[in-house]
Amino acid sequence: MIWRLTVDNLALARGERRLFEGLGFSLGRGEAAALTGANGAGKTSLLRAIAGLLRPEAGRVYFQDMAGDVIEAEVARSQGLHLLGHHDGLKSTRTAGEELRFWTRWLGGDAPSLAKAIDALQLDPLLALDVRKLSAGQRRRLALARLIAAPRPLWLLDEPMAPLDLGRRALFGALMQAHLDGGGMILAAVHDALPIPVRELKVGTA
Amino acid sequence: MIGAALVALLRRELALAWGRGGGPLFACAFYVGLATLLPLAEGPTPQKLAAIAPGAAFAALALSSLLSLERLFERDYDDGALDLLTLGPLPLEAVTAIKCLAQWLANGVPLALAAPVVSIALGAEPRLWLISLVASLGGGLGFTFVGGIGAALVLGARRGGLLIAVVVLPLFAPPVIFGAGAVEAFGAGLEWKPALAFLLAYSLAAAGLAPIAMAAACRNALS
Repeated sequence: MIWRLTVDNLALARGERRLFEGLGFSLGRGEAAALTGANGAGKTSLLRAIAGLLRPEAGRVYFQDMAGDVIEAEVARSQGLHLLGHHDGLKSTRTAGEELRFWTRWLGGDAPSLAKAIDALQLDPLLALDVRKLSAGQRRRLALARLIAAPRPLWLLDEPMAPLDLGRRALFGALMQAHLDGGGMILAAVHDALPIPVRELKVGTA
Repeated sequence: MIGAALVALLRRELALAWGRGGGPLFACAFYVGLATLLPLAEGPTPQKLAAIAPGAAFAALALSSLLSLERLFERDYDDGALDLLTLGPLPLEAVTAIKCLAQWLANGVPLALAAPVVSIALGAEPRLWLISLVASLGGGLGFTFVGGIGAALVLGARRGGLLIAVVVLPLFAPPVIFGAGAVEAFGAGLEWKPALAFLLAYSLAAAGLAPIAMAAACRNALS
């Protein structure tokens, strides 16, 4: 299980363009960090690099367990982290319930955690609807439900709050706080302030 | 837990494959349509048609197998599902293999069931139905896995569908040769087992090796 995420002297590039270099930080249990920076500064790319989807130009990302030993990255990623971005992976032709059940299974959740997620994000009335009929905010709540349905310690979030209404922002703030209190870690790319205490990490060369 | 995830993925893929743009019904309709055009081009002389029926039916099967390949990985790539599939309990190699297996079950098997009908309609002898079915099932497996490599390679490219056809059609040559060859040899009373064995060997090798290439191509497209 992941107890600490460390990013060490990381440099990322998209094509010919160097996004940033020499980025380093560490995130331990119960800690949250907000990634800030201009559009195109590399916030999303950083999250994707941590999730193992982008290969760094230089530097490395590693995960440690309780004893401080480095966990094999494949294992850490397949069991220990959530990635939630603009592309939510939801199929518009399937129902919300089908999609949520599939992703819960795939990411390692079970029936009780699924029920908890449906309850926490108030999804019950939406489950029978096709995903294409959901509003942007409803759709985001369906995506966020995966975080609860499949408990994993590290949450990598890309603008998680953007489409949510005010009430649901507070609700998700409480869920994030509960995750931190339970020893979780959150790294979120944001433009607005998060409703939880975080430290700020600025991304970008400028 | 891995077993549950595997079953869940296979069920999702089957549901998506059935729903993929009309899915198997369109592929079968295309197959039958293609086979109907042939007598119009060749002239309806029964002897002439009977001679080319097995080969023509198999070539039409190869083309029909191409139809829904374009969307095999593309939709998951576009909507971010492929990102999340990399974070599950199974390696991407297994994910791509399961996707192809579901594609074969939902598309290849219905096409193979249509194959004896098509070849008999073209004038092949009815006693060829079984060999034609077996060869089409085996060939279809190879078409799907080899086609999957093409589908993964063109991720992110414009006009991916056309590109897939250009990439994989040359690779479809061996199964067409051996598949049609086995059916023709059987019909002529010649030794047909070697051709069928080669066909199945090709398809099984494709099923074993293609996932490695598909996973590498997907990773490359995601990064």
